[in-house]
Amino acid sequence: MIPTEYYLILSLALFTIGVVGVLTRRNVIIVLMSIELILNAVNINLVAFSHHFGSVDGQVFAIFIITDAAAEAAVGLGIILAFFRNRETVLADEMDMLKW
Amino acid sequence: MMSPLPFFLAHIWLIPMFPLATAAMMLFFGRKLQKSVIDVLCAGSVFVSFIFSVGGFLQLLSLPQNNRIAINVLFEWLPAVPYHMLDGRIANFVADWGFQLDPLSAVMILVVTGVGFLIHVYSTGYMAHEGGYYRFFGYLNLFMFAMLMLVLANNFLLLFVGWEGVGTCSYLLIGFYFHKKSASDAGKKAFIVNRIGDAAFLLGIFLTSAVLGTIRFADIGPALAAGNFNVGDPHLVAIALLFFVGATGKSAQIPLYVWLPDAMEGPTPVSALIHAATMVTAGVYMVTRTSAIYQLAPAAMAVVAMVGAITALFAASMGVVQTDIKKVLAYSTVSQLGYMFLACGVGAFTAGIFHLMTHAFFKGLLFLAAGSVIHALSGEQDMRKMGALSKKIPITYWTMLIATLAIAGIFPFAGFLSKDLILGKAYEKDILLWIIGYFTAGMTAFYMFRLIFMTFHGASRVDHEVEHHIHESPRSMLVPLVVLAGLSIAGGWVAWPEIFGGNSAFIRFLEPVVAVPHEMREEAVKGVSSRLGEIHLMLLSEGLVVLGILAAWYLYIKRTELPQQIANRLGWFYRLVYNKYYVDQIYDALFVNRAKDLGLALGAFDRTVINGAGVNGAGWLTRFISKILMWWDTWIVDGSVRLGARLVWLLSYPVRMIQDGLVQSYMLLIVVGLIGFLAYYFHLAHQVMH
Amino acid sequence: MIVNQALFCFFSVMAVVSAILMVTRRNIVHGAVFLISTLLATAGIFLLLQAEFLFVVQIILYVGGIMVLFVFVIMLVNLDVSLRQVQFNRQKYVAIVLTIVLAAQVFFALWIARNGVNLTNPSFKMPARNTEAIADAIFQHYMLPFEIASILLLVAMIGAVVMAKRRV
Repeated sequence: MIPTEYYLILSLALFTIGVVGVLTRRNVIIVLMSIELILNAVNINLVAFSHHFGSVDGQVFAIFIITDAAAEAAVGLGIILAFFRNRETVLADEMDMLKW
Repeated sequence: MMSPLPFFLAHIWLIPMFPLATAAMMLFFGRKLQKSVIDVLCAGSVFVSFIFSVGGFLQLLSLPQNNRIAINVLFEWLPAVPYHMLDGRIANFVADWGFQLDPLSAVMILVVTGVGFLIHVYSTGYMAHEGGYYRFFGYLNLFMFAMLMLVLANNFLLLFVGWEGVGTCSYLLIGFYFHKKSASDAGKKAFIVNRIGDAAFLLGIFLTSAVLGTIRFADIGPALAAGNFNVGDPHLVAIALLFFVGATGKSAQIPLYVWLPDAMEGPTPVSALIHAATMVTAGVYMVTRTSAIYQLAPAAMAVVAMVGAITALFAASMGVVQTDIKKVLAYSTVSQLGYMFLACGVGAFTAGIFHLMTHAFFKGLLFLAAGSVIHALSGEQDMRKMGALSKKIPITYWTMLIATLAIAGIFPFAGFLSKDLILGKAYEKDILLWIIGYFTAGMTAFYMFRLIFMTFHGASRVDHEVEHHIHESPRSMLVPLVVLAGLSIAGGWVAWPEIFGGNSAFIRFLEPVVAVPHEMREEAVKGVSSRLGEIHLMLLSEGLVVLGILAAWYLYIKRTELPQQIANRLGWFYRLVYNKYYVDQIYDALFVNRAKDLGLALGAFDRTVINGAGVNGAGWLTRFISKILMWWDTWIVDGSVRLGARLVWLLSYPVRMIQDGLVQSYMLLIVVGLIGFLAYYFHLAHQVMH
Repeated sequence: MIVNQALFCFFSVMAVVSAILMVTRRNIVHGAVFLISTLLATAGIFLLLQAEFLFVVQIILYVGGIMVLFVFVIMLVNLDVSLRQVQFNRQKYVAIVLTIVLAAQVFFALWIARNGVNLTNPSFKMPARNTEAIADAIFQHYMLPFEIASILLLVAMIGAVVMAKRRV
């Protein structure tokens, strides 16, 4: 058996990479993809624990997370499209109108 | 109180009011009136005053001789204020608007209104073509009002009101042709020189109230009696001298006579009325009015007599060489006024008033006739450009000749009787005074006939264009001349002396007023009778007069080249007299220019110090203060506001920097928060676990 | 057991490497492809954890649905322009440091607890039939979240349509 903490460390690694991607990249599509990566890391964490404790609750939660990720991706991409049509840019640095 | 006064005596106060009313009318709507209306109104008001004067005089005669006095008090002007006199007694200073008619003021109002009326009539003709017709008559009537107030006043203060009033009208009328600088200068000179005398007069009034406790004429006699004054009391001498200085200003004696010759700039009727017949006699009237004080101050009387005599001689000498016809008459007036003061100075106050009256007749006539000559010659006043006019303007010539005979003192014309009375009194008092007066009479005859010969006789030296227009004056001008000529002949007969069988009615009439000492009273009537008899004095003076006339004839008709030769021979002396002894220039250097310097200095002071330090300084100070306030406002007041704003800006700096609109920076903060949260959570967990 | 370990190694390396590559690629399409690879590796991990249903759902939904959607949008966005732009923003150094700190914290927690909680040996057994167990769980215990999830999807669909629509 693989010790559960191995899976947790994998999850942590993916989570870290995802966070780095969110904070660092200028292209918002990459940012969205990094967010998917984070969600996936969380999924791995949940499923690892569901396997550890022998219940499917973790997996059910993971299903819901996937559902939510899909919805969020759809809406987020729609927003990016709308923004791109207005401003011709997909760079997060240039999307700073919501300030004083 | 007493029985009600007869009509005219009860209405003395109206006499000055008639000309005042017409003067006011001229002031308010004179400009719109027609000439004929102005004539009737202005001359008419004076005529009405004359009627009232005659009525008052006649009703005065009906009173007993020792109580010929009538007083009208209109209202109390200054209510009684108690004060301390010089010797400690308490007196009340009270002045009322009161009018007093007694023999002295009766004579004065008759002369003033009578001669004044004639001159008004004359002016309607003389001023007919001048501009400002209504203004002239307005001023003239105003003058009549002031002069009548002067002579009718019952106290010094009201007299002073009239005194100042005639001075003002004199200024207005001398400067009537105000477009001419010489005329307006002459008016100023008259007023300012008068003012000096007026200051002394005022001081005299103050001293009178301090010493005697009253300023009412009727109360002066009792006050003098009650005060136990010795003859020669210094206070009384001071009062008398102060009054006399005032008189020298108004009546043109040395040293304040300089304004009278310049006053000839005014129209000729003005010269006749104001500077011959009436205003200049105000000084004599005033001295006579206060004769009671003078009687107790022999030193002052000596001064009056001396000044009068010297002025008479001095002015006569200047009259001999003048070439302007009016200037000759002006100096003659100064000289004759000197005679009047000489009379007062030797105690013959009534003789002085008598000469005042005759002088009004013949001097007024002389001026009016001179005006007629000037009118005929289209404005020429220089005698060197006259001559051979006797046939061309006969009425003017004959009337002027009559007046000249009167002034020279030919028996039985008016001037002879009055002048002779004065010389007689002078002879009694001091032979020196008589000598001065005697020779002055000779000079008077000389220069007056010089005037006649140069103007009317000899060859014609008239300019060509002027010669064509020579014409006799209109009737309005000639009738007064004739009337005055008649008065110049017969005016003196009211005081026909006892020597010739008369009763000197005039002198007797005036006596109760002038406080002549009893012993002099008889002599005033009889005439002098020491060393030389009166007849002898008369013959002496007549002789000198005839000599003077002959000399004038010789120099100005027979051998007309002589005057110039004599002038050349006399050289510097002639020039001295011709230039009026340079008195005007001396006064200018001593007083006038010094006063102007003071004015300039004060003006410079005003400009530099007052304007500089004061006005400009105040301006500079205000700007300086405003600069400070502006600094305060900008840096302190605004600064505190801006400080608050900047403080908020500084404090909001971190918060501002955080909200940059970038989502990723927000997420970074979330991570930071997460790190912090986890650290805290682990810390707690650590505590729980251990 | 070696198979498990080998598979685990393989899938985890693949996931991590793909993830790193995805985050660092200039070309977005490459990034998308690497994400797909990461997701596939994740699916493999699920399989190792005896979550068969989730394995399938991951592939069908995540890779087949979401990533296709991503690729569609990538095509619609100006690809050429973004190739020439700067890829990393100004806060990259701070971000990396902070993220490492965060990872270190969590790793530290795991390290502390390695002896405390019995994580090494899973003591419970998973149900034999995974899909049925999940179905039981969803439709009995987690019915409400299920319904809410469906509403969420509805909302998302409407939102996506509205967002992507051209202006009327």
